[in-house]
Amino acid sequence: MSIKRIKTSIIAAAVISGLIGASAALAADSQFVGSLVYRTGPYAPGGIPWADGFADYIELLNARDGGINGVKLELEECDTAYNTDKGVECYERLKNKGSTGMPAVMPLSTGITYALLDRVVADKIPLITSGYGRADAADGRIFPYVFVPPATYWGGADIAINYIANQEGGYGNLKGKKIALVYHDSAYGKEPIKTLQALASQYGFQFSEFPVPHPGLEQKATWLKIGRQLRPDYVLMWGWGVMNATAIKEAAAVGFPREKFIGVWWSGNDADMIPAGDAAKGYKSLQFNGVGSDFGVHKQIKSELYEKGKGSAKSAENTGEVAYNRGLQSAFILTEALRGAMAEYGNKPMTGEQVAWAMDRLDISADRLKEVGADGLFDPIKLSCADHLGKGRAKVTQWDGSKWVAISDWIEPHATMLRSMYEASAAAYAKEKGITPRDCK
Amino acid sequence: MLYREAGEFKATYQADQAILTIRQDRWFMLALMVIAFLVIPLISSEYWLGTIMLPFLILALAALGLNVLTGYAGQLSLGTGGFMATGAFAAYKLATSFPDLHIFLVILLAGGITAVAGLLFGIPSLRIKGFYLAVATLASQFFLIWMFNKFGWFTNYSASGVISAPPMAVIGDSYVTGPYATAEAKYLFVLSIVVLFALMTKNLVRSNIGREWMAVRDMDIAAEIIGIRMLPTKLKAFAYSSFLCGIAGALWAFVYTGSVEPLAFDVNRSFQILFMIIIGGLGSIMGAFLGAGFIVLLPIFLNNAPHWIGLNIHVDLISHIEFMVFGALIIFFLIVEPHGLARLWQLLKEKLRLWPFPY
Amino acid sequence: MRIEQDVLKILLAALLLMAAIPWTAGKLSSDIFFEWPFFFEVAIGGLLAGVMYSLVALGFVLIFKASGVFNFSQGAMVLFSALTLVGLNELGVPIWLAIVFTLAIMVVLAVVIERVVLRPLVNQEHIILFMATIGITYFLDGFGQTLWGSEVKLLDLGIPNSPGLYFGGQILINDFDLVAALIAGILVISLAFFFQYTRIGRALRAVADDHQAALSIGIPLKHIWVIVWAVAGIVALVAGIMWGSKLGVQFSLALIALKALPVLILGGFTSVPGAIIGGLIIGAGEKLAEVFIAPMIGGGIEDWFAYMLALAFLVFRPQGLFGEKIIERV
Repeated sequence: MSIKRIKTSIIAAAVISGLIGASAALAADSQFVGSLVYRTGPYAPGGIPWADGFADYIELLNARDGGINGVKLELEECDTAYNTDKGVECYERLKNKGSTGMPAVMPLSTGITYALLDRVVADKIPLITSGYGRADAADGRIFPYVFVPPATYWGGADIAINYIANQEGGYGNLKGKKIALVYHDSAYGKEPIKTLQALASQYGFQFSEFPVPHPGLEQKATWLKIGRQLRPDYVLMWGWGVMNATAIKEAAAVGFPREKFIGVWWSGNDADMIPAGDAAKGYKSLQFNGVGSDFGVHKQIKSELYEKGKGSAKSAENTGEVAYNRGLQSAFILTEALRGAMAEYGNKPMTGEQVAWAMDRLDISADRLKEVGADGLFDPIKLSCADHLGKGRAKVTQWDGSKWVAISDWIEPHATMLRSMYEASAAAYAKEKGITPRDCK
Repeated sequence: MLYREAGEFKATYQADQAILTIRQDRWFMLALMVIAFLVIPLISSEYWLGTIMLPFLILALAALGLNVLTGYAGQLSLGTGGFMATGAFAAYKLATSFPDLHIFLVILLAGGITAVAGLLFGIPSLRIKGFYLAVATLASQFFLIWMFNKFGWFTNYSASGVISAPPMAVIGDSYVTGPYATAEAKYLFVLSIVVLFALMTKNLVRSNIGREWMAVRDMDIAAEIIGIRMLPTKLKAFAYSSFLCGIAGALWAFVYTGSVEPLAFDVNRSFQILFMIIIGGLGSIMGAFLGAGFIVLLPIFLNNAPHWIGLNIHVDLISHIEFMVFGALIIFFLIVEPHGLARLWQLLKEKLRLWPFPY
Repeated sequence: MRIEQDVLKILLAALLLMAAIPWTAGKLSSDIFFEWPFFFEVAIGGLLAGVMYSLVALGFVLIFKASGVFNFSQGAMVLFSALTLVGLNELGVPIWLAIVFTLAIMVVLAVVIERVVLRPLVNQEHIILFMATIGITYFLDGFGQTLWGSEVKLLDLGIPNSPGLYFGGQILINDFDLVAALIAGILVISLAFFFQYTRIGRALRAVADDHQAALSIGIPLKHIWVIVWAVAGIVALVAGIMWGSKLGVQFSLALIALKALPVLILGGFTSVPGAIIGGLIIGAGEKLAEVFIAPMIGGGIEDWFAYMLALAFLVFRPQGLFGEKIIERV
């Protein structure tokens, strides 16, 4: 009987594979936009709002303006479940779709970013990692296809120290202070350590590291060490997913003041604050975008999409979430680059290489932000051939029990110190990989 | 009618000991090799070669390694991911410390280093058995990943602890790692290695070493009584298994992804490989490949299927359905044939021998 | 319960080492801060965390004991039960009613698993049944998320999460952990009672001892399996409630199974008290190691240390501390 079943399944497989060929036909004059998202899996709570924000902005352009310069945008999502294997498969699946292929890839995961570093160079598709990935990709001479606006982890670490110095009344008062870092023990979590060590030796504060093994469900030992033994003045966190809420709860359990607990942007999702409940009140987080939904672009999304029942998120109330705004920002950076490319190459679908050309010259000014109704929501970005980061500024926000409230203006990191660190690290990478830096005149 | 042993006369001892004794089997294998080496690279798109065939082959190699340990020697292990990571990091250290070393040597040596690690972590198997051993090998899994994460030396002190493969060529300009390697070159390189080691393993398990392994698997006390020494036999299995896993890890890091962080080889990878050999068939070379096919290709197929047939379902629903169908299929296949896909293949051949006159 | 002498010796040696190693480490290295109150604080915190691991490990033990199946899907069952509970609650069902409904659903699940998965695979090797439970894991992960979505959900039982100082203000213990330990304790005592004094409990023990003998004296094996899976489902729900109110109900809940595995091998796959004592040893051991040993080698050792600790115990007792002695015959 099993043989019969095999026969049936072989026939079924043959029929389905015949259909593969039939689906190749896609509209020729629309711009394909591929989006790698994670709406499932262990990190889905943070991935869903991002995906919604990204999709909403693309759909807003389609609904309001009919796309970009008349070129309609055709969005296709692929679910990675935050899994590197699936992410690579998604990228390869999407990269040649549409008439010109994927104009840029935003993998939304450190693991996938690393797995794509070589591939994007071969495929000439820009890899845009907003607030994650390799910090040293800020050096565009060595990473021609990788872009990291608006901020990097190293910059984030510097901004956090800058904020602490401000709180303490100047960098001079940092001497002798104790600052601890709680981090996800992975490539992502380790990124800020070198920067913090450099700053520690420069300003004389005492820096200690507390790795938390993936996935970070249990942190009692870590927090007993922090809250009962070291008793630091400030704790920084590079956490991810379920680790964030657990850390905040454990901080409350050992009585560490949440006001002195500052997370990086990935530790500042709304979804991470929900399970922490009351314990999260007062907790602070860096954000590379503004918070809330009181911006012009949100109003347009509500009137163009949600009132017509076309929005991606469950309800219009979700549109102000931090991760949602990040999705908006990623879509905005991508579509601005598409505009830039079209200005040079004409109003038709753009290839990855053309978008990379435009990303090298990306200039999102304050005026442009006012125009789209994102003034204060995003920071202006100006990139160049050598600089793939921009100013790299971020804000500090505080959780008031139900939403994030901005408590600082944009804070700028130490540009010169970080730039030399980026260049040194990128040069080491170039040497290892045998890359000749491109000439940026 | 055609497919049978009868009528195939063997005149030499060599012919008698051939792996494939039936003529049709030999043709089939030859055809398979021709397809794998010539037809697939010619007709496949880059997506198929680089994203589907490459991980399939590499994970099949790892599954082959685990199958030697679990399927042939009977030692359940969940340390595969850790050993793959060892292979990857060893290859990275070798390639960056000795830039002139040929990639083939790098990968072989990385396998050798992993074999030593496997020896060390195999020692507890002398006392611990069954599921206890499986969970105990998780100790090696977690420890190795932690170690590569923790000590900067393994990653040449990179800030994020990520390793990245330097571009390396087999001969002249034909790169198999780095951004300028073509999918075809990578595929052929990996395929050659996998075929080579599959052949080697096939012969190994037919030799006296393999017979010792199987005796230990079937009942270790009995094996000990007939004079098989436990320590060397079990450790040989651990060493050879880790050797293959190490090579698979090195290929994964160098040829497939190019850059990896240790978490790419976390405990889920170990589980994934174990699933492959159970589904494919314990104690079978073919099973490692069939199992890898099932575990790697089926989810991709399920994920793509709604799209191909023109259904426009939301991506999260597709993923959920993929999980449910995948789980249901695992149970379905186990009920149909608990001894794995390889056993189905064998049954098919048995039936063929009798065809068209079954009794 | 009769404890063999060598188990007692091993336990005693372990306890001594757990105190002695941190103390020596504190004397030898200036990086390590050692004070007795702090030591006890960490140890108590670890013991309480260990009870939470035991909650998950219990589900594994129940099923392995009665049917010899290493149930990989226990983690998925924890997630599924918690998702169902919170999902029903969000639909407007009051929490107590939602708990009742979820219990009913877990029982139905047990019946379905027995009918669809276990019955066709009866008498297969352990590893095949193990693989079948992996199929169940995938299915439940997908099914739970299809029904209730992948967003994180809050499960608030109103248990306070404030730090409390005990023993003259010297030792900090979290109230939530105390409540959790209490609930786990009640669960274990009632399970022990159930096994020891009820008809079904006796039948379960008979099945665990010898399937064939149990069948021949008229114990219906199929019913027993349904019961055992249902009880494991209920244990999963309790674990889901406790862990869910700690971490929020989300996919990551399924990952706690990995914390239960060392507990399981240390205590022995077949022993309910073993799961508890194993949990206590693993919990205290890994926390003490993380606080007092990790600073010397770089931190974050909790995960592998738990496994190494279990491995060390296994070298002395290959069937776990309380597991049934494995007798091998030719």
